Amino acid sequence: MIDCFSPTGAGKKIRLYDLPIGRPAVVASINADEVTRRRMMDLGLTPGTKVTALRVSPLGEPKAFKIRGAVIAFRKEDADKILIDL
Amino acid sequence: MKRKYPYSGLDDILKEVELLNPSGALKLNDSIVSHIYLGAEKIAGEVVSQQEKPKIDWDRKMDDILTSKVFGFPSMLLLLAVVFWITVTGANYPSEMLAAALFWIQDRLTDLCHLLGAPAWVNGFFVEGVYLSMAWVVAVMLPPMAIFFPCFTILEDMGYLPRVAFNLDRLFKKAGTHGKQSLTMSMGFGCNAAGIVACRIIESPRERLIAMLTNNFVPCNGRFPTLIALASLMVLGMTASPGVTIIVVGIVLLGIAATLTVSWGLSKTLLKGIPSAFVLELPPYRRPQLGKIIVRSIFDRTLFVLGRAICVAAPAGGIAWLLANIHSGGLSLLQHCGSWLNPFGQLLGMDGFILMAFILGFPANEIVLPILIMSYLAAGSMTELSSIEQLSNLFVVEHGWTWLTAACMMLFSLLHYPCSTTLLTIWRESRSIKWTALSALIPLVIACIVCFAVAQAARLLGWV
Amino acid sequence: MGLTYQSCSIGVTKESFSKRRTSGVDYTVALAGNPNTGKSTVFNALTGLNQHTGNWPGKTVLYAEGMYTYKENTFKLVDLPGTYSLMANSPEEQVARDFLYTGRPHTTVVVVDATCLERNLNLALQVFEITSRVVLCVNLIDEAKRKKIVIDMDSLAGKLGVPVVTTAARDGYGLDTLVSTIADVAAGRVKTTPFMIKYKDVIEDAVQKLEPKIKMLLGDEFNTRWLALRLLDKDQVVISAVKQHLARKNGFAATGGEAPA
Repeated sequence: MIDCFSPTGAGKKIRLYDLPIGRPAVVASINADEVTRRRMMDLGLTPGTKVTALRVSPLGEPKAFKIRGAVIAFRKEDADKILIDL
Repeated sequence: MKRKYPYSGLDDILKEVELLNPSGALKLNDSIVSHIYLGAEKIAGEVVSQQEKPKIDWDRKMDDILTSKVFGFPSMLLLLAVVFWITVTGANYPSEMLAAALFWIQDRLTDLCHLLGAPAWVNGFFVEGVYLSMAWVVAVMLPPMAIFFPCFTILEDMGYLPRVAFNLDRLFKKAGTHGKQSLTMSMGFGCNAAGIVACRIIESPRERLIAMLTNNFVPCNGRFPTLIALASLMVLGMTASPGVTIIVVGIVLLGIAATLTVSWGLSKTLLKGIPSAFVLELPPYRRPQLGKIIVRSIFDRTLFVLGRAICVAAPAGGIAWLLANIHSGGLSLLQHCGSWLNPFGQLLGMDGFILMAFILGFPANEIVLPILIMSYLAAGSMTELSSIEQLSNLFVVEHGWTWLTAACMMLFSLLHYPCSTTLLTIWRESRSIKWTALSALIPLVIACIVCFAVAQAARLLGWV
Repeated sequence: MGLTYQSCSIGVTKESFSKRRTSGVDYTVALAGNPNTGKSTVFNALTGLNQHTGNWPGKTVLYAEGMYTYKENTFKLVDLPGTYSLMANSPEEQVARDFLYTGRPHTTVVVVDATCLERNLNLALQVFEITSRVVLCVNLIDEAKRKKIVIDMDSLAGKLGVPVVTTAARDGYGLDTLVSTIADVAAGRVKTTPFMIKYKDVIEDAVQKLEPKIKMLLGDEFNTRWLALRLLDKDQVVISAVKQHLARKNGFAATGGEAPA
């Protein structure tokens, strides 16, 4: 949380749902309850994993991300629990 | 007799665990999961190579169309329409052939009864009751089921179905449920019992239960012929047939609206809770295995329909025959029941015979209309009328139907309780008498309220 | 996602209208794999129409088993739910994991997607921790070829320490080899020594301290390393399973694990 305002943008942490389509990023942490956090890690969202935002549903939600070779869609409230480094 | 406490060894180990990992300080799960993924990454990195990236990423290209803002919904509706069109047109011919063959066998069975000198009731109960109802269910249900489900399996095999859930999830999120409910609903168009089993794909118990309780609001293959016949009756005055399509599509949309509304209501009341984490994989598109799917699905469906015809429709046919053929005071029991139910039926915009047909059709929705025709004709066995004009003559001229009667019967057919096979499936999946009962009661109450409101409003406003 | 396969399969029909049949099984084989790896296709290809489905006891998770024979032996194939992991964070994962350590299949086939090996190996490595008799089935090899992905199978088998079979189950490619490899592993003709992930030193030290005690308590019947990891994680499901096992061994009716007064 300290380097949130890093001027270069390096090391900046944002929520996964806010990742622009087409941009890759790296998982920093998952701030969810224990069960959800474990389930997300089981999907391969371990810290350091590369994720790319791929597309958004025609109704504006959910968003689909490429995670370790698979395309997985999350709703906003779930993807918001995943913090990423741009 | 006293025995040694068996867990002391385990207790010692657990004590040591507490020392080694005091209140989970090792963060074991995180560490294990990360390490295993790292290991997998390392091994895969060492053995996998990709000489050149494929020039075109087909999955991405397909998704750019099938989940896009512009083409996402049109392509979805188009595919659904194509599946329905294939089902309806493709089922016509085999349905007729099956009916002809099965009714031919019926005549031979009657001949056999005569030959053996069996009493009339034997031929009546077993041939005109039990056999006829089985034949009916097979002829009406088998062809559309054998076409509809393979189409869906093909769509699933190609990887398209999860995209439907992806496209529609927001609607279901607003209703407090899961996007995959759109798929269980789609299966419900084929058969609600299959739709109920399909609810297993929804992981969270709360959302799965909501999907199960509301699956009945999508009309299944057994109800479509009834809906189409009633819609034809309504637009008989008009010449063009688009009217039928518009009415049937309208009814389907109404069913979807009912599903979403009731789901929303349930998730705010009986099944309150926060939606569980939503995770939906969009797998790569793949070439479907056409041959195998078709052979297998047709085989599977044939067995399912036959099983259902024997276990469910046969007894129902027997009961219907008894009610139509046991007379007291010059009228059959069926007619007595019909008159008795008539005041209530009128309140709902229908009549007593229609309600009786729904009650007797509880085992299988596809015999509702034949039973109704049977009771109107005061005939001893289920009958079909060869043309819509004949149907109109019987219903409108002889039994005083108006557009409101047809409309209310369509609404009741759409909303009323699920058939017995579906209820049995709900019980088997939920293992709960309470939820099974509610899955019949909720739709029934809604159907009564809607029909009552529509009928009274139409009469008050002088539309009838 | 197993939508139409679950709700329209022959099994559901049988489930509705008939009873199951189980007799004369020589070997039990578990089929594990991520979702969308073609696991159902492998299952259907091996068992044909000889299937039975239902729910796992107490769970709304689809259970499917089927039979096939190979060289006069009858194999019962149990199709575990498709999961990404075996950490038991969902009912599906719990069912799959519990079957692997309590059902103790003679062979476990892990079906992986050749186009997505990294993600799929995660599950395979977790299976290795529970059971050593594993065959890795690298499916969808035709898709991988189309995407110009090349996998060094010998090297993979060497690193993993289990037989690797490549298949394109949709076209039936490789299934003969899969069936014979399963039989070899089940009968013990092929020995497997699956690759084990090493964790950080604190964890490994703790496991080493626990392992001999577990061995003393339960003997060689169970995989002590995996049990040590689960107990270390205070996994309640595993703890009560161990309790049940101990109770049975000592002649108690299986109870929640209360000490007799």
